[in-house]
Amino acid sequence: MEGFVALYIFMLAAVTGYEIISKVPVILHTPLMSGSNFIHGIVLVGAMVAMGHAETTTQTVIGFIAVVLAAGNAVGGYVVTERMLEMFKSSNSNNKDKKEG
Amino acid sequence: MPDLVIQATYFLGALLFILGLKQMSSPVTARRGIVWAGVGMVLATLITYFHHEINHNYILMTVAIAIGGIIAYVSGKKVAMTDMPQMIALYNGMGGGAAAAIAAVVLIQQQPMSLTVQTLAVVGALIGTVAFSGSLIAFFKLQGIMKGVIRFPMQQWMNALVFVITLTFGLAIILSGTQYEMSSLAIFFVLALVFGVLMTVPIGGADMPVVISLYNALTGLAVGFEGFVLENPAMMIAGIVVGSAGTLLTQLMAKAMNRPITNVLFSNFGDGGSGESSDVSGSMKEIDSTDVAVMMAFAEKVIVIPGYGMAVAQAQHKVWEMTKQLQERGVSVKFAIHPVAGRMPGHMNVLLAEAGVPYDIIYDLDEINDEFATTDVVLVIGANDVVNPAARTDANSPIYGMPILNADYAKNVIVVKRGKGAGFSGIENHLFFADNTRMLYGDGQAVASELVSNIKEL
Repeated sequence: MEGFVALYIFMLAAVTGYEIISKVPVILHTPLMSGSNFIHGIVLVGAMVAMGHAETTTQTVIGFIAVVLAAGNAVGGYVVTERMLEMFKSSNSNNKDKKEG
Repeated sequence: MPDLVIQATYFLGALLFILGLKQMSSPVTARRGIVWAGVGMVLATLITYFHHEINHNYILMTVAIAIGGIIAYVSGKKVAMTDMPQMIALYNGMGGGAAAAIAAVVLIQQQPMSLTVQTLAVVGALIGTVAFSGSLIAFFKLQGIMKGVIRFPMQQWMNALVFVITLTFGLAIILSGTQYEMSSLAIFFVLALVFGVLMTVPIGGADMPVVISLYNALTGLAVGFEGFVLENPAMMIAGIVVGSAGTLLTQLMAKAMNRPITNVLFSNFGDGGSGESSDVSGSMKEIDSTDVAVMMAFAEKVIVIPGYGMAVAQAQHKVWEMTKQLQERGVSVKFAIHPVAGRMPGHMNVLLAEAGVPYDIIYDLDEINDEFATTDVVLVIGANDVVNPAARTDANSPIYGMPILNADYAKNVIVVKRGKGAGFSGIENHLFFADNTRMLYGDGQAVASELVSNIKEL
């Protein structure tokens, strides 16, 4: 990939991540850390590619470990985040958006 | 399958991640957010089976996904809410390990790459490996498998030395193109593993959340870097977004604890101020639960300050029951949460939410601190340092400067506490000796149950 295109992606993604988090109430810090923990579970895709073009047994074994770990990251991250967010409910729908922003 | 379809799916996946993360940043839409991100993940994973670089190992790959997925699913469903932080650490470590393993496969293949790509592969490997072993140590510590902190003389120098040697090996691999030895690659990974362990063992339990958040950001970066190496835009974007979001989250947490991130990593808690407890005037005055029940039932405004002690005693359900009783009597009850209550910022909110407390009667420090002066009764249950006025007044105190909840400004303060000793951090709490403070001794859950039945009888 072109060096500068990569650099642009890097910059824009970094700004996006920063902007998303900067307006978050403290109440959501732990769920959000857990949520972002889930999102880097996308490493599973890379682990599959690494395993899928492994050339030797050693590479296959390392690739296998990578896929196991990555799948654990993705699934575990999702389950834990979902369980946490499931609990957020409001006592009164009228002042539902009080805590936003 | 045409490459276009695969690339389009990755694009959609990345978009769903960003939108999902955005939705997760408000309590109203948060649940939808994780589902969106989940859909993105499933799409990206399924389409990868058709990736042109994958030409074999399909069955083995599916087996691996099943193994990792099932173990994580079962453990994630079973874990208690109080143990959430260490599970996040564990899953995060797995992600870091996966990123490092990808780098290992790429580097073992010794295919010619540009200097930039090879640098990203090596740096990603280093960061991922450190996040892997560091997160595991954090998990062991929070799980109680590994107790206390390990410190020895010249520790920081030794860590620095290991880091420099690791970097040297990494640099050698980068500069030698495809000519590096497999043994030096192995040494590089082992050193990185050791560094992650060394860096984490001296850090105390109270600082663990900040460290987990930091490793979360590092794993994101590692995933992003390996995404550049594999030319996989979904990994690049998701990884870098998490890397930067995680860095900000780490800073916010460190700020909430009034501990610069460098202090968390390179110094030891309590070393700053003098260890001696400064002179405390007055004495602790006891009260029994019948009086507390009367006090709260006839108050206009009550604020509950829960701490991790409440969660450990599993008292949050009883506290919520008590809150409902008070609300029926027309008492205004609010919960005040310090940013570092629980084991992580927001952890206490999750624990209260588990008990059914609606999030709109839960307030954070900035929102509620001015209200204490007009509050009749403050009930401190299982919290300690976060209400210690020494943070405002005593420059020698290790927690001096940390923002605290101004519970001492209220008309009456009731502190529920197991015994008379100092708290988790061993710092004497001046609030306990104040004239308007009464101590209610006992286990959090037992005390809360007593309060519930006493209020009922009124």
